[in-house]
Amino acid sequence: MTMNTHGRPTQPAAPTGHANTGEHRGMILEEPLIFERGTPGRIGVDLPPVPAHKSRLGSASRQGQIGLPDLAEPQVVRHFTRLSQKNYGIDSVFYPLGSCTMKHNPRLNEKMARLPGFADLHPLQPTATTQGALGLMHELAHWLMTLTGMAGVTLAPAAGAHGEFCGMAAIKAAIRARGEKRTRVLVPESAHGTNPATAAALGFTVDAIPATAEGRVDLDALKAKLGPDVAGIMLTNPNTCGLFERDIIAIADLIHGAGGYFYCDGANFNAIVGRVRPADLGVDCMHINLHKTFSTPHGGGGPGSGPVVFSKALAPFAPLPFVQKEGEACRLIESKADKAAGQSFGRMKAFHGQMGMFIRALSYILSHGADGLRQVANDAVLNANYILARLQDVMSAPFAGPCMHEALFDDRFLKDTGVTTLDIAKMLIDRGYHPMTMYFPLVVPGAFLIEPTETESRETLDGFIKTMRDLAQQAKAGTGNANANPFKQAPEHTPRRRLDETTAARQPILKWKPEAAPDYIASAAE
Amino acid sequence: MRYLPLTEKDRTDMLAAVGVASVDDLFRDVPQAARLTAPISGLPNHQPEYEVDRHLSRLAAKNVSAGAAPFFLGAGAYRHHVPASVDQLLLRGEFLTSYTPYQPEVSQGTLQMLFEFQTQVCMLTGMDVANASMYDGSTACAEAVQMANRVTKRSRAVLSGNLHPHYRDTVVTTADLTGFELTALPPAPAGAEDLAKQLTPETSCVVVQNPDFFGRTQDLSMLAEACHAVGTLLVVVVTEVISLGALASPGSMGADIVVAEGQGIGNGLNFGGPYVGLFACKEKYMRQMPGRLCGQTKDAEGRRGFVLTLSAREQHIRREKATSNICTNSGLCALAFTMHLSLLGETGLRHLAALNHARACQLADKINAVAGCSVLNETFFNEFTVALPKAAAPLVDVWAKKPLLAGVPVSRLHPGQAGVENLLLVTVTELTTDADMDALIAALKEIAQ
Repeated sequence: MTMNTHGRPTQPAAPTGHANTGEHRGMILEEPLIFERGTPGRIGVDLPPVPAHKSRLGSASRQGQIGLPDLAEPQVVRHFTRLSQKNYGIDSVFYPLGSCTMKHNPRLNEKMARLPGFADLHPLQPTATTQGALGLMHELAHWLMTLTGMAGVTLAPAAGAHGEFCGMAAIKAAIRARGEKRTRVLVPESAHGTNPATAAALGFTVDAIPATAEGRVDLDALKAKLGPDVAGIMLTNPNTCGLFERDIIAIADLIHGAGGYFYCDGANFNAIVGRVRPADLGVDCMHINLHKTFSTPHGGGGPGSGPVVFSKALAPFAPLPFVQKEGEACRLIESKADKAAGQSFGRMKAFHGQMGMFIRALSYILSHGADGLRQVANDAVLNANYILARLQDVMSAPFAGPCMHEALFDDRFLKDTGVTTLDIAKMLIDRGYHPMTMYFPLVVPGAFLIEPTETESRETLDGFIKTMRDLAQQAKAGTGNANANPFKQAPEHTPRRRLDETTAARQPILKWKPEAAPDYIASAAE
Repeated sequence: MRYLPLTEKDRTDMLAAVGVASVDDLFRDVPQAARLTAPISGLPNHQPEYEVDRHLSRLAAKNVSAGAAPFFLGAGAYRHHVPASVDQLLLRGEFLTSYTPYQPEVSQGTLQMLFEFQTQVCMLTGMDVANASMYDGSTACAEAVQMANRVTKRSRAVLSGNLHPHYRDTVVTTADLTGFELTALPPAPAGAEDLAKQLTPETSCVVVQNPDFFGRTQDLSMLAEACHAVGTLLVVVVTEVISLGALASPGSMGADIVVAEGQGIGNGLNFGGPYVGLFACKEKYMRQMPGRLCGQTKDAEGRRGFVLTLSAREQHIRREKATSNICTNSGLCALAFTMHLSLLGETGLRHLAALNHARACQLADKINAVAGCSVLNETFFNEFTVALPKAAAPLVDVWAKKPLLAGVPVSRLHPGQAGVENLLLVTVTELTTDADMDALIAALKEIAQ
């Protein structure tokens, strides 16, 4: 999921309290950069001697140093362990990032992805030696098609945004095959930033559709925008306000009536899996973020995987490669030279997709089964509605419920308090919670987008609700002296205080340079 | 169900707190016609952990893993030893289960690691700036061409015929769908390719791979000069990142943008993904880069810290005017890369690269001694092209039954291309044993007879 920085003060206020003592704070240890730790003569790997040989490197062999530091294994292990301790994941804290779906990552999935039969398998081995892997891809494809009711699926895209590109590319290819030229794509104002970016990358012009006061697509505005140049609509459902688009079937009919296609951003499929099949809503294609709905780990920002399901109309244009079952055997269609490739728009990445993510997702899917996946949607939606119900008297909800898997609030309840959405988020950190998504969706001022997911217990939700209520009341009660405003100082109990993002962007330092580390870090080494 | 903590009592109480009678009421905005009233039929229900383990383990066991046979495949995916500590550290929940570092105060681990990754990528490639990773080498390549088009305000790219065919196809798809011109030269296994001849004042970039798809290493300095003389950018692609420990960096040869597949450091084969794309360029093009960037700054107490930066290029701010639609990177694979490269260090990486090359030289000599077989390349790093006396693909299929995973037939990646049927790409790494080499030589001798 994306997050914007609208309304965010990006330069911190002057701190109160701590002096910069330059020391470790208890067991929050300062850690130099790896480049500040190296010592010539150390090594972290043992290798046999290089046998005598006549070099065949040619005239382009390396001259001079690369500049990498030399360390022994214990130092490297300690370095990255300490870095991990400056990070927080779903394993350690409640992480209610709306639209990101931070749910439990089962370790069985990690174990399965590490089976040598999958992990130590080359993508270009003869397919007779990879039937298990191709079979797994076929099985995952079957699940995704059945859960969505769609006619086809590709596993090729490497991430959600790559899946969006894939879906819109199929639409472009289908329009071209019809011998038409349609250049305009309708995108609601509340869409993820990737939607307009994708449409623009494919050469479409983006036409924004406004939302109604109920946070949904304005059907009359949509009708007014239809025309013979409309290629389709990119619509997230449930939408980024956490609401189900009630008129979705009517929207699909309108788009189809105008000769366009319906791209559904499936980022929020986790809210409806097992309860609604996108095919029954008139969707032509939809990407599925495996890390969201099927809980592959977010890993600090990837890798993702973004399979796309297709209607009958678009399935022939799906990218390469794909797996076809022929009797008991799985065949890999990987080139346009293969007749089975048909009208495919071609290849969008090397090899066969994010196999490691397919294994994890299938492991998750099989663990839950058809009944469990439906329960996932039920519990995710119930948890979000519980938060919405328990907080709406002290915060301000822009839209009437029920919500789907995420509860949305705006910042009207902070009016005249001097406290912002960002301040609440930073205070939450000091209270032991990762903040919610803030300032997204853009259609809501100072948005708080809270997605608890189905893997949180009621006790966790109650604790979070209590904290949010405290903070809301504290903000409204007044914060006293603006200079000592605790909301502006937060967070205080973190490896770093608020960071200066403005200077970072104005004078970018994007790599380490061989100069002395700050004293307090140099003295912290070892 | 083991991943769902709500009890039936919780659910009942919470529904009451929300003020609805049943969870179905929460889905009342779904059009009646599209509501499913029961779990989707034809799919199995939830299973114990051991049943899932059993099912997936059976599928895994149907594959012949690389470690189960003499193994010589490369062509963009390389089998190197990944130290045990890399995967152990990767599994730390603070790394594995965190999100993109939008809250820098509690994400310094990921951010510092990305800063280290960017620095390592700059060092390896000899470039000024690098981003926080891309999906993989092939998508990084397509992004590099689009970036070159933006920088030069031109829209005609030239691809070397010895670029990995999957990379070429990825760029071809991008060109077709996003609308720019492309000249993709035919493969030249013998190495005769005059890229400078393709240059015109309209050329945005020339994309060339080193070592190339057939394994040949090249000095690209002259090509870089020829490009720069007409305002064209040189994009250098590296698919075997370990080679950078032995070869001159693309930056030192005059590259403007360097993209690489980083899988060979820290990441296993994984049947083709997830991998990690490296993306680096000259400083003057920094603001035209795609993807995430991590930068150094200070916190409110003046201490060094790291943040995501220059996000004004990105889709969540710029929307339809963004440099790319990319939202995620390959964070965990980048972490594996950075940890493994930290273990290797200068000494280890150069040693590893030298070892790969020396072992490849040994095998090349042995193959050249087999009647009817010859190595095409005069130069190579750890991968080269062998001309066999007959078609490679059927032989590879037969050998796989031994099992012997002998290499990648060029025809698999260049189907229908004349003159490549007998060519086999063979790769040697530190994991290739003498016994593996003997097995391959014995198989080659059998066909020669």
